[in-house]
Amino acid sequence: MNAPETAPAEFDPVSALSGLTGEADWLGLRLVEETSQHRAVRNGRPERNQVRISRGAMVEAVVDGRLAYAATSDLSRAGLREAASRAARLARASGRHAVAVFSQGLRPAVRGNFSGPCERRFDTLTLGELTANLIAACARLRVSGKIVETSAEITLTEHSSRYATTGGADIAQRFHLVSQNFMATAQDGPEIQRRSLNGPVARCLQGGLETLDFDRIYGECERAGREALELLAAEDCPNDTRDLLLAPDQMLLQIHESVGHPLELDRILGDERNYAGWSFVRPEDFGRLRYGSPLMNIRFDPAVPGEFACYGFDDCGNRADRQYLIQGGLLLRGLGGLESQARLGLPGVANFRAAGWNRAPIDRMANLNLEPGDSTLDEMIASVERGIYMSANRSWSIDDYRRKFQFGCEYARLIEDGRLTRVVRNPNYRGVSVPFWHSLKRVGNRDTFGIFGTPFCGKGEPNQMIRVGHASPHCLFFGVAVFGGGR
Amino acid sequence: MSFARDAHRLLERLSEASFAALCSGEAASLSLSGEDQTYLRFNTGKVRQATGVRQLRLELDFRAQDRQAKFTTDLSGRADQDLCKLHALLARARTEAAALPPDPFAAPLENHGQSEEWREAEPPDTAAVIEQIAATTAGIDFAGLFAAGPQLRAVRNSMGQSHWFAASGFFLDYSLFTVNSAGEDKAVKGLLSGAGWSEAGLSAAIEADRQWLDRLRFPSRTLPPGEYRAYLAPAAVAPIVDLLSWGAVSYGAWKKGGSALRRWIEGEAPLSDKFSLRENFALGLGPRFNGLGEVAPLQLPIAERGRLQNLLVGARSAREYGVASNGTESGLWSEEQLRSPEILPGDLPERDVLKRLDSGLYIGNLHYLNWSDQQSARLTGMTRYACFLVEQGEIVAPIRDLRFDDSLYRILGTELEALSEEARLFRATDTYEQRALGGSRVPGILLSRFRLTL
Repeated sequence: MNAPETAPAEFDPVSALSGLTGEADWLGLRLVEETSQHRAVRNGRPERNQVRISRGAMVEAVVDGRLAYAATSDLSRAGLREAASRAARLARASGRHAVAVFSQGLRPAVRGNFSGPCERRFDTLTLGELTANLIAACARLRVSGKIVETSAEITLTEHSSRYATTGGADIAQRFHLVSQNFMATAQDGPEIQRRSLNGPVARCLQGGLETLDFDRIYGECERAGREALELLAAEDCPNDTRDLLLAPDQMLLQIHESVGHPLELDRILGDERNYAGWSFVRPEDFGRLRYGSPLMNIRFDPAVPGEFACYGFDDCGNRADRQYLIQGGLLLRGLGGLESQARLGLPGVANFRAAGWNRAPIDRMANLNLEPGDSTLDEMIASVERGIYMSANRSWSIDDYRRKFQFGCEYARLIEDGRLTRVVRNPNYRGVSVPFWHSLKRVGNRDTFGIFGTPFCGKGEPNQMIRVGHASPHCLFFGVAVFGGGR
Repeated sequence: MSFARDAHRLLERLSEASFAALCSGEAASLSLSGEDQTYLRFNTGKVRQATGVRQLRLELDFRAQDRQAKFTTDLSGRADQDLCKLHALLARARTEAAALPPDPFAAPLENHGQSEEWREAEPPDTAAVIEQIAATTAGIDFAGLFAAGPQLRAVRNSMGQSHWFAASGFFLDYSLFTVNSAGEDKAVKGLLSGAGWSEAGLSAAIEADRQWLDRLRFPSRTLPPGEYRAYLAPAAVAPIVDLLSWGAVSYGAWKKGGSALRRWIEGEAPLSDKFSLRENFALGLGPRFNGLGEVAPLQLPIAERGRLQNLLVGARSAREYGVASNGTESGLWSEEQLRSPEILPGDLPERDVLKRLDSGLYIGNLHYLNWSDQQSARLTGMTRYACFLVEQGEIVAPIRDLRFDDSLYRILGTELEALSEEARLFRATDTYEQRALGGSRVPGILLSRFRLTL
């Protein structure tokens, strides 16, 4: 560990690979570098200032048709040789007990580059200026003495990767990512309510500082503070069945849990059964299952400008492009990379992704979006005699086959005789995935569309937390069981 | 454990050099975490992915003039290179600290003493483990994760403090699947863990699981939502204890309006006098020191016979609210967290569980818990794995999974009828970013009523 050999500052995976030949029949090397700064202010005072710098490589080795991985942050020749040997040993150890045989088609010989948007670099704002903005946001959230807690957080991330294989792949990608979280807690005696901007850390975009418009954020913070006060004084959400209008910042969760995860091909193959679970979707359902109403059009879309999980290639070098997963309510395609596609004999998408240099790629959601329809928001509200509007996720739970879900939101208003009326607090709803999507009766137009995401999608063994994006218009569902808090 | 020995020497060198480079009025702490793990993921008894992970992560906590800046970086393990990186971070930390306003609640770095704990064990041969799992589970649909290798946590600071913990061990977290006579998939869950791998231990566990699988092959019953008498096996209680770390027993969360047990803490709502919860580091699942080097008490009672004894207090909450820290760690997701919780067992022998349950549900596991109304301590989740309908003290049939939505004031309060005499140890199996330390020990609980909703 203390040998004088050092890693070159400008690390070149292609030349590094050339020094590893002989360890295995085929090798791949994925270098990942990420610098992420998390700036958090609470009640106008610094709460956390943390910069995380991550740099390491995952070596893939194939021996006798078996693939295995070894990760290291020691990028010296000796460190990489050790990792390559370890991956080769693991591949040999898997031997006749490996799930699948490797073929070079699973790692296409693609060469290319991809850069996400960034108009204004992160270093054009000083830490002092950024902190002052967050302190000001806290002040705007505190619209009353009943606001007892305020928090303002921003995470700025620069991420780059380079993937090269002895089979000829060489791919470089670079991203800038911004996540925001602004929240007010209101208290009046024993009643406590929280309101944030679109739910905790749902504001996630690719881009530079141009994604942060603090003047607009300040105004939204004041609104969040006022809505927290409204919730304090509100009645509890009714316990009954009624039409449900979901805002895009809750649709993100609805799509994620009840469409995204069940369509992951590695779940359908059973890889995930011991952790997050299996799926109600079976291989024979593709092309046959009516997943939802004819208004339901869901697309895997790695190319929506600014959405959180845009990329050009996944982590096995497969070029990413748009694909319909569900069109007109019919299930067409799953979320699975080349390995799952080969094992199942089904089409998929380029979504074989790893959370960092120390994890092997698995099938993940990326950007998964519901296409806009043709209803205006006013038309959707006007069409409801007895319903409820909910926004901003605060609670989520779904079974291991992704059927029975229960979700809660921060904020809700009743819809009565075609009009938004009283605010109600502690709104929740529950349902079963396919019947719920069949109850989709109106889809908002592009004016009602919102783009969100999360850095916290958990899955895999060993566990991985990955970034996903979800965009959706407002959507109206018919006859949903809703309920409030208490007891 | 040469990995850990090398890491120990590396941290010594990094701390000596970086602390010597501090200027007057500056202080710093270095926390090191690392692992040299082999992870084997299985599906249908075969290896889906095999991954070796060797990683060392260093956190620099820099203080100057009441300002705090933190930096985390991956280390190469090569001292000269890592020292260059650390010196660059120190320079950046000075710049950042100067740009920040004072942080009045950052607890100053202090010398919280010295300790070293080594639990060395030779990791098992990977090829042998794969062969043994394949042979032992032949004919059964087996999925799971095996992890083995050294893990370490350490913290040193410029005030002279030094704590070190290194351990080596394994876990095999697995599921066995079968198809019942109606064509439905059913499964049981298992966990083996410890310092040394044993093929005999695996065989015994799988053999015991086969008996549950036999019971799961009967046709499932679909039960309507409603209130049921229920026994939650220890593996179903463990995730409820995990959820308590989402603010419920955190002093900081309580003060900020984020504790689900606020009414209990403030004396407005009781918990059962059968319920006792403590942090118990005597379980030996991880280090007692936290990221600042504060050493938690060996045992810290939180609830004794239903009465509040202590909340978890970290150094930041202690400084903000003027109370004493009890060495608690704050997590990535929440305020102060439980690291080694234990619910004290009761007087219901496991052999009598079905008889005492009489008619109701035997719930083997719960899945995907979350607060459905945190202010009311209401939580929701799903039944999972081996869950059965029991009538007159006999298992009648497996059930189709149900959603529950109930309150801690009922589960740990009014409806808590008994706790099992035996408790089970659950070593942590989380592996986000790195393999976790810690875990819990919990008994099963018998509930007079348990609310199922979907």
